Amino acid sequence: MMRQELRLSGSGGQGLILAGIILAEAALHDGKNVVQSQSYGPEARGGASKAEVIISDEIINYPKVNKCDILLCLTKKAYDKYIDSLKPGGMLILDSTVTDRPERDDIKIYSIPILETASKEIGKPMVANIIALGSIYELTKIVNKESLEKAVLNRVPQGTEELNKKALEEGFNLILKHEESTYGEVC
Amino acid sequence: MPSKLVDKYFRTDSLPHIWCPGCGNGIVTRAIVKAIDNLNLNQEDVCIVSGIGCSSRASGYLDFNTIHTTHGRALAFATGIKFANPNLHVIVITGDGDCAAIGGNHLIHAARRNIDLTTIVFNNNIYGMTGGQYSPTTPTGDKGTTAPYGNIDANFDLCELAKASGATYVSRSTVYGANMIIKQVEEGIKNKGFSFIETITICPTYYGRKNKKGDAVDMMNYLKENTVNKIAYEKLSEEKRKDKIIVGEIYKGQRPEYVEEYEKIIESF
Amino acid sequence: MAEKIVKLMQGNEACVEGAIAAGMRFYAGYPITPSTEIAELSAEKLPRIGGKFIQMEDEIASISAIIGASLTGKKSMTATSGPGFSLKQEGIGYAVAAEVPCVIVNVQRGGPSTGLPTSPAQGDIMQARWGTHGDHSIIALYPSTVREIYDTTIKAFNLSEKYRTPVILLMDEVIGHMREKIEIPDPDEIKIINRKKPNVKPDEYLPYKIEENDMIPAMANFGEGYRYHVTGLIHDETGFPTSNHRIAENLVNRLVNKIKDNADDIVEYEEYLMEDAEQIIVAYGATARSAKSAINQLREEGVKIGLFRPITIWPMAEKQLKIIAKKVNRITVVEMNMGQYFNEVDRVAGKYTKVDKYSRVHGELITPEEIVSFIKEG
Repeated sequence: MMRQELRLSGSGGQGLILAGIILAEAALHDGKNVVQSQSYGPEARGGASKAEVIISDEIINYPKVNKCDILLCLTKKAYDKYIDSLKPGGMLILDSTVTDRPERDDIKIYSIPILETASKEIGKPMVANIIALGSIYELTKIVNKESLEKAVLNRVPQGTEELNKKALEEGFNLILKHEESTYGEVC
Repeated sequence: MPSKLVDKYFRTDSLPHIWCPGCGNGIVTRAIVKAIDNLNLNQEDVCIVSGIGCSSRASGYLDFNTIHTTHGRALAFATGIKFANPNLHVIVITGDGDCAAIGGNHLIHAARRNIDLTTIVFNNNIYGMTGGQYSPTTPTGDKGTTAPYGNIDANFDLCELAKASGATYVSRSTVYGANMIIKQVEEGIKNKGFSFIETITICPTYYGRKNKKGDAVDMMNYLKENTVNKIAYEKLSEEKRKDKIIVGEIYKGQRPEYVEEYEKIIESF
Repeated sequence: MAEKIVKLMQGNEACVEGAIAAGMRFYAGYPITPSTEIAELSAEKLPRIGGKFIQMEDEIASISAIIGASLTGKKSMTATSGPGFSLKQEGIGYAVAAEVPCVIVNVQRGGPSTGLPTSPAQGDIMQARWGTHGDHSIIALYPSTVREIYDTTIKAFNLSEKYRTPVILLMDEVIGHMREKIEIPDPDEIKIINRKKPNVKPDEYLPYKIEENDMIPAMANFGEGYRYHVTGLIHDETGFPTSNHRIAENLVNRLVNKIKDNADDIVEYEEYLMEDAEQIIVAYGATARSAKSAINQLREEGVKIGLFRPITIWPMAEKQLKIIAKKVNRITVVEMNMGQYFNEVDRVAGKYTKVDKYSRVHGELITPEEIVSFIKEG
């Protein structure tokens, strides 16, 4: 597997760093090399937050993500800030609340109701990060499903395992149960 | 011939000390070892920590585990020593500049933690080691080499500072009343918590000379005449209270001690 | 043999795990980005193993407390970043003079002053060397991967115990905060060095007396029956202050030479693709990772280039650099500062080969692309 670089972006408090850690751990279970990093502003909540994951069969030297292969944006602010960092041929995963579209035809765009599913289907906005991981998995198969499930259960707070399992399942279903009517766009 | 006390507790090799004739520091230092002797503490179990300044040279003269630290940091070093080895009786020797200026922050936090340290401040109202600059306890209006026109700073009441910060034993004495110092150091060591003992000492060389306080005998007489016990002080009229040095136990309280509280956390696992 | 534990770990966490494996039982610190996780994890882990954690009122208090704790025999550490590292210099000097083992971690961020709190930099290379006043030697180590942070933290404790000196563990925001795979070594595989204890009775003990062929005096711990005096003043072998000029000069010389003369034991480095290299890069910490990526790209294009990565920053690998300098036609020092290590490399290697620098102080990790184009410019 070539070096794959993911950037998960949104606002502080959406659990994106945890999502990055979980994804990295899943890749670790798969026997891959992995580096997870993050950057943050001075705000503990709000602001723009991002987590980055590099997964590769080879040794990872340079540990940072500049141009990414896969970009998740849960907020418009994050979209504005990071859209230009997506490589040609890359995959853009947007929460459906982000209605902007880039003027480029060299990427695949998926628009998924992640935040809405978290608050309406599950009733807990805080699980949006886990739903996002489920959808990322179905779209990219970047890690093994069992590894991802194991990593989620390993990292979420005790007592929330069932809730998070359900969230992950919802994330899978957002992609699986979708009829792909328009090319490259989900929902 | 050194006295038995000196012989047992002083490193006679490191004497004579550097203090000037008439300095009160020797009285306080002797009182400290007398208190240790009265309590029958094992020399191996006592650690004397000092900062920088005239008073802080005392640690080198005493035959215990001793450490002469950096300026103002004696309490921070002592906190590390006590916390790492709670079996040691840790006694901090410091001065008014060391403890209340550069080390003021460490003083209030050590008191806040109520960590089991016994702090003895040799308060001579001046920086002696560097040659007579005004300190946080130099009375307003008095002179120092850096206050040639009189000190415009307000001076600290160290006991009130220690009490407000959370010390559980606070007392004051003067070098005129050595027995009181001994008693207070004993009480301080016995108190399981942060003990703060302010001892008013005399510096005829700098503070005395700069402020025309006379020689050592005159300064001792001044202490004798202007010292009043806390209980007696309460009964004095406002007018008579002026410029009096209040001695005796200023405060005694009880609060959880820091190291013991931490040990509880360790034991919970 | 037990199965190896493989996990995803943050650099700062690996530092704490390594420290505990090395025997750290005392931590005093003050929160500062990007080192704070080291304090938080120490607070969580130490009491569980009977160790002590204390959050002090400031950085100076923190280093003072660890020196105090170390004197009682506890292996002690503090961690900070640039602004706090400036404050710790007073204590570092004291630990040098009084020869008290302790470890000071500096997870570097952008400076000067409050600088760029959440961004990486390598601007404290010279402060680690000369931040405290007076002539002295220092040991400073700088790992580059999470696993190496674990190992190097252990090494930092070992060297501090062996040479009775503060050891500075330099990191940067990138390696402190990144998470990567780490295989935790079996405890049996870890070599632990403890300070040399006196082999004489307490009344014969001279705390700063050295034996022939050994520049490190034996160290008794407070509370173990050896009553002695510790001071930051110039002292003789009894530990008491002296202003004797000969003794003063001997002491400072010994403090410097005990590190300098043991450089072979202390110096550690990595050589990457150096065998046939016609030119090399010198880089350390996170920057060395970028340099490796750049070297891989350049090698694909046929450029014969290698990396010399000091893990021991101080004392410097002067002997090795001199040998290399005579073989290659160019050395490029890549670092996130204005050329602090470059000046040293140039001092050592400049007479034998061309020494260039690629320096950035913009608060971002230098990228492989930048290095590639700088090397190609020639």
